[in-house]
Amino acid sequence: MGLFDQFQDLMRSHAAVKAVGADPFGVTMERVVSPTEAIVEGRPTILVGTNNYLGLTFEPSCVAAATEALETQGTGTTGSRIANGSYGGHAGLEEALARFYGKRSAMVFTTGYQANLGIISTIAGAKDYLIIDADSHASIYDACKMTSATVIRFKHNDAADLDKRLQRLAGTDGNKIIVVEGIYSMLGDQAPLAEMAAIKRKHGAYLVVDEAHSMGVLGDKGRGLAEVAGVEDDVDFVVGTFSKSLGAIGGFCVSDHPEFDVLRVRCRPYMFTASLPPSIVASVTAALAVIERRPELRTKLWANVNTLYDGLKRHGLLLGPQKGPVVAVHLPTPELAVQAWQALLQSGVYVNLALPPATPNGASLLRCSVCAAHSRHQLERVIDTITEVAYQIGVLSEPARAAG
Amino acid sequence: MDRFGDEDGVTAPEDEIFSAVTTALEPYRKEGTRIAASTDISQDLNLDSVAVLDLLMELEEKFDVSIPLNLVPEIRTVGELADTVRRLKEG
Repeated sequence: MGLFDQFQDLMRSHAAVKAVGADPFGVTMERVVSPTEAIVEGRPTILVGTNNYLGLTFEPSCVAAATEALETQGTGTTGSRIANGSYGGHAGLEEALARFYGKRSAMVFTTGYQANLGIISTIAGAKDYLIIDADSHASIYDACKMTSATVIRFKHNDAADLDKRLQRLAGTDGNKIIVVEGIYSMLGDQAPLAEMAAIKRKHGAYLVVDEAHSMGVLGDKGRGLAEVAGVEDDVDFVVGTFSKSLGAIGGFCVSDHPEFDVLRVRCRPYMFTASLPPSIVASVTAALAVIERRPELRTKLWANVNTLYDGLKRHGLLLGPQKGPVVAVHLPTPELAVQAWQALLQSGVYVNLALPPATPNGASLLRCSVCAAHSRHQLERVIDTITEVAYQIGVLSEPARAAG
Repeated sequence: MDRFGDEDGVTAPEDEIFSAVTTALEPYRKEGTRIAASTDISQDLNLDSVAVLDLLMELEEKFDVSIPLNLVPEIRTVGELADTVRRLKEG
């Protein structure tokens, strides 16, 4: 048996998708011209699949900070922080993050994936229990695989099921660590965090919240779901990313735990990888200041969310359960989803294609992410194009179309 | 050979747990086969890894147990799945 024989099924299904048209998992943006536009296959394309929620990738203050850091500190750190040392910018960004969240400590990681991997796999000891939402991101599942802790899944967003799982563990030794996400990346729904925080208190558990998709998006200060739910003091570890609202790459964790800093000499995904380059650290630090300084970006984002969500819903499309910057359009089958995705790209609209097994409940999704920088005109074009494609492939019928 | 026996002579107890497991797996049975204790969950049934996790949720609900994710790679056959549920149920 050949080394790659194990991928035969995957290769067959990927080839079948590619045979129909462009590869949904291998698109090249020939030129990205703004947070919301790129040239793809020679065509001007509206980007609705970027997670660039606040549109800060071209923000002048971030670009300027990155440029200056690049010119004065060089292109990279060429090593990890425990080996090569931290740059002033790393420590500065950690201080800024701790201040932003009103927490005692912050730790910066090279990617968001590594932040989840590092924090979850390190805080859970062999006798502990990780109780995770069934629809958790791959980075949370992978973190669980790295631990010797007992890993238990609860039904997605089901506080009663979480309570039941903790109840079953009553009387066992070992810490109980609950892991949830602020906004779930595929369907865009939010955790019932106030209820979950109450359950955490009841059982004396710890709570980790991944605010990757909710930082900068939710809360008056943009601190995410915990801020909206009013339970920030109950969250023991906030994990997040710099690659969405903050427009760059990297990850972080903030915590009030007094011994948090021991993780710097224990957490392998922090210790054994090169640290973020100075230009990224500078742009992220500048972007964090923009989030604090310009709450109107959030207001604009939510106005755009309303436009896209309501617009698509009005046409009769089946959407994710909760309004938010991730707007997932359900299609009946993976084949129709691929067909629709390719037709959209041909028409100059780029969304994410999300297929099983990466999606909850076997859903086939056209996953749209809304950006504060989208213009009304762009969103109307997106709505019209998605609706037209849904009509062409028979997902929307004539009466529904007329009703729109 | 009883209903739950298999060709290797491994016989799982004919209890409520075993029949609940086979009932839950019935939708994934390949035509012309029957589900026995030795049935390999990932190879002999029409069931992918995600469906396996959903199935586990269903059994957890029914028997009021939590099946740790760490145990899943060790569960190969229907008999082993029933044994795992039984063991957790007995605490």
